[in-house]
Formats: sequence, structure tokens, C-alpha cells
Amino acid sequence: MSLAAQTHGFLTPTGVEIAFLLVGLVTFGAALVTVTTRQLVHAALWLVVALGGLAVEYLLLTAEFIAWVQVLIYVGSVVVLLLFGLMLTKAPIGRSPDADSGNRWAALTVAVAAATALVWVVVDAFRATWIDLDGAAAGSTKVTGASLFQNWVLPFEALSVLLLAALVGAIVLSRRAKATAAASSAAADAPGGRPAEEGVR
Amino acid sequence: MNDAADVALRLLIVFAVFLTFPLIVGQTEHKVMAHMQGRLGPMYAGGFHGWAQLVADGVKFAQKEDVVPSGADRRVFQLAPAVALLPYLLVLLAIPIGPGEGAVGQVLDAGIFFVLAVMGVGVLGSLMAGWASANKFSLLGGLRTAAQLLAYELPMLLAAASVAMAAGTVSLPGILHAFHWWWLPWQIVGAIVFFVAGLAELQRPPFDMPVADSEIIFGAYTEYTGLRFALFLLAEYAGIVVLCGLTTVLFLGGWHGPWGAEGLGWVWTLLKTAVLAFVVIWLRVTYPRLREDQLQKLSWTLLVPLSLAQIALTGVVKVVIS
Repeated sequence: MSLAAQTHGFLTPTGVEIAFLLVGLVTFGAALVTVTTRQLVHAALWLVVALGGLAVEYLLLTAEFIAWVQVLIYVGSVVVLLLFGLMLTKAPIGRSPDADSGNRWAALTVAVAAATALVWVVVDAFRATWIDLDGAAAGSTKVTGASLFQNWVLPFEALSVLLLAALVGAIVLSRRAKATAAASSAAADAPGGRPAEEGVR
Repeated sequence: MNDAADVALRLLIVFAVFLTFPLIVGQTEHKVMAHMQGRLGPMYAGGFHGWAQLVADGVKFAQKEDVVPSGADRRVFQLAPAVALLPYLLVLLAIPIGPGEGAVGQVLDAGIFFVLAVMGVGVLGSLMAGWASANKFSLLGGLRTAAQLLAYELPMLLAAASVAMAAGTVSLPGILHAFHWWWLPWQIVGAIVFFVAGLAELQRPPFDMPVADSEIIFGAYTEYTGLRFALFLLAEYAGIVVLCGLTTVLFLGGWHGPWGAEGLGWVWTLLKTAVLAFVVIWLRVTYPRLREDQLQKLSWTLLVPLSLAQIALTGVVKVVIS
């Protein structure tokens, strides 16, 4: 890895790096439109573009498995769930004048802080690491699986427990809501969809 | 240059398959349904057995005016058919048809994940169409589509995961290379779950609740006319080709056959796919439409437990034989 790093100049980008940067810009732009547009369903559709762009970035980093899982879970399931929820609220066509939040400055602060922390951690961890494209693919399913279940098995299991807790919590909350308002049987459909998404993870 | 020509040729072939196979399935559906239901149907176009009816339908669709309702969200409305159709073109790229190196559009390391992920994206097209049409029947159709996808995506994934466990790989050609004939009885439950869940994802009868014409006109596609409507229909038939091809590859051994697997493997693949496509059509003329609650119940109380049981069985057998 360190040997490879010497042969790469910082200011002489290759085609892949330029593509990575351009896709990154598209992803960033789509994410910005997602949070600023006044049209609710458009926000969900721009989210598809942002998440898809992220999948392309994974592909460019040779992490094929992660990229397809990203499409499967986020574009295929989470966004469908989101659209389902929006349709239940009869999201209007055109602008929603009340699609704004008084918390936007707090949200912006949190977003910038989170982005700074993540960028700082990633840059600090992978500063001079280059992916060797000539050897075995570093992001193939086999390599990903091996590292996930050998080196990172504890975080993996901790995340599973966290998701299970969220799942149980969602069921408890929806059952309590049903007990208090037995009439709202139509609303029970929305939490009913949750286990699919959680289970896939 | 040679590489570029090779890639171009593969893309061209996949594109040709994408343009012709769905139409063949569509034509077969017309004729099979006519025979099964004892009705005549159009018999005059082109002379023999009305073979040119499909061409006539295509010309009719192309001539019709492309109407966008005034209250609709224009751009989303116009984009939706493309979003519904293109994913199936991408999936076709990854389906291996024969044993050789050149018999697949593109070898993918995580092929199963790719095909399932991209097939799920196609449903976004129906959702976009349902919402953007500014029509309450379309919206209801979109809602039903979303509910159906959420219910049936999970058993489909679990059934595919069972095959991946059995083969020890998630690449589609890799699964076919690991295939033995006794996988057929071993994975039969998974195969049925996968096929049924796939039918539900394509909204084919008996799972055509989202387009139930006697209740909500034509669901999410109610407001569409002309070519855009034809594109949605084409997406449905392309979906049948993809689903049957995938079931063949994952569960029925693809190019494996009693004889001639080396040279004529692709014939086996096509034959199995065609038989499955016939079954899809057969189911359409045989079963009545499931009600929305029956549909959800079938998935959550039958298909999900069955697919989990299949995964457990796969794991046990895998440990025993290794």
C-alpha cells in the first residue's frame, strides 16, 4: 500500500478519481435538494438519486457487494417505505407551504458537525491508502464477509442487537397505539411494513 | 479495440433479447389465454392465426396521443415508465444463459444482490406513476404496489439466500457451476417461494391487486396513454422474462440438462424459462385475484416462515454433507 502511494500524485488525478469526484458532486447536490425542496414526494425521489450516487461511489471504490446492498436496502426498501408513508398522508402535488421546520438551524448545525466528524475520521484513517486494482478485488463479497465476521464481528453483533431492540420497540409502540385507539386500523398498516425492512438488514 | 467490440456485441445481444423476448411472451399470452378460455380473439391481422395482432397493437400505441393530465406532476409522470422498464434491461445483463465465458452479459461478483436490488428499483416507477397522476385510483394503486413490494421482498430475498448458502457463492454463474441435480428436491420449497414472491412483485395475477381493473380501473397506470402505457406493459412482460430466467438459474439448474449441457446449454436455459413463462400465463387464467388482506397474510404467515424453514434445511444439509 505504501509503495503504491508513492506512485500516485495528488494533483494528477486519474479518470476514476475524476469520475468519483463528479458522482460525489451529483450526490451532494441531490442531497441538498432533498432537504431544501418544498415538494415532499420530490424530496423522496431526490433521495433516490443521492442514495444511488452513493452506491456508484462504492462501486468506484471496488466495494461491489456494499454497493448492491445499498441499492437493495435503501433504494429498494427504505425509499419505498417512505413513499408509502407519504402516500398515506395524501402528499399534495406541488409545493407544500408548511414543509418547513423551525429547527432548521439546529438541524444544519448537527448535520455540519456530523459531516465534519465523519470526514475528519475517514481522512485521518485512510489518508495515504490506495486501492490496488491489480490484485484480488478488495471489496468483493468474499473479502467483505471474511473481514466482517473475523475482525468486525463484535460491532456487527452489537448492531444486530440494536436493530432487534428497535424492531421490538416499534411493535410495542404500535400495539399500545392500537389499544388506545382501536378504531384506527388503517394506521396499523404502516408499522406492519417495518419488519420487512428491519429483517432485511 | 477488440475488448470494446466484445462489450458492444454483448450489449447489443442483451438489448435484442430485451426487445424481442417480452413481445414473444406477450404474443404467447394472447394465444394461450384464447385457447384456455375457449375464446376466439383477434384472428385476422396478418392472416395465419392473427399473428400480426401484436404488431398492429404496437402501431396503435404509437399513434395514440401522449396525454399528461393537467393536474399531474409533469416530469415525474413522464419519467415513471422509464424507471419501471430500464431496471429489467440491467438485470438481463447479469443472467447467464450457458456454461461458457461468453454466455453472460457481464459476470458480477455479487450477482444475486445485483438482480434483486435492481428488480426492486423497478417498482419505484409504479409508485411515481401512482402519485404523479393526480388521480385517486392511481394513488390507491400506488399504495397497494408499495404494500405488496414490502411484503414480498423479504421471502424472495430469503429464498435466494438459501441457494447462495447451498452454492457457497453469490455469483450467478458460480451458483450454476456448483449445481447438482439433487438440489432440485432440496431447494424446491425455496423455488416455489421465490417464484410466487416474484409473481407478486410483478403484480401478475393472482397478485394483481394494484391494477385490479374492476375496482380501481388500472391502478397506477390509469392516466397513461399511447407509448408510455405500452412501456408499462412492456415492463410487465420484461419482468416475466427476468423472473423466469432467474428462477431457472437459481433453482432449476440453468444450462444443466440430462444431455448436451456443453454445446446446447443455452437451449436448456431458454426451454426452462419458456416453460416457466407458460406457467405464469397459466396461473393468470386459472386463479381469481387475491384480496389485499389475503395477499398480506399469504406473505407474512406462509411465505416468510417457509423460506426461513428452507434456510434452516439448507444450513443443516450443508453442514451434514461437508
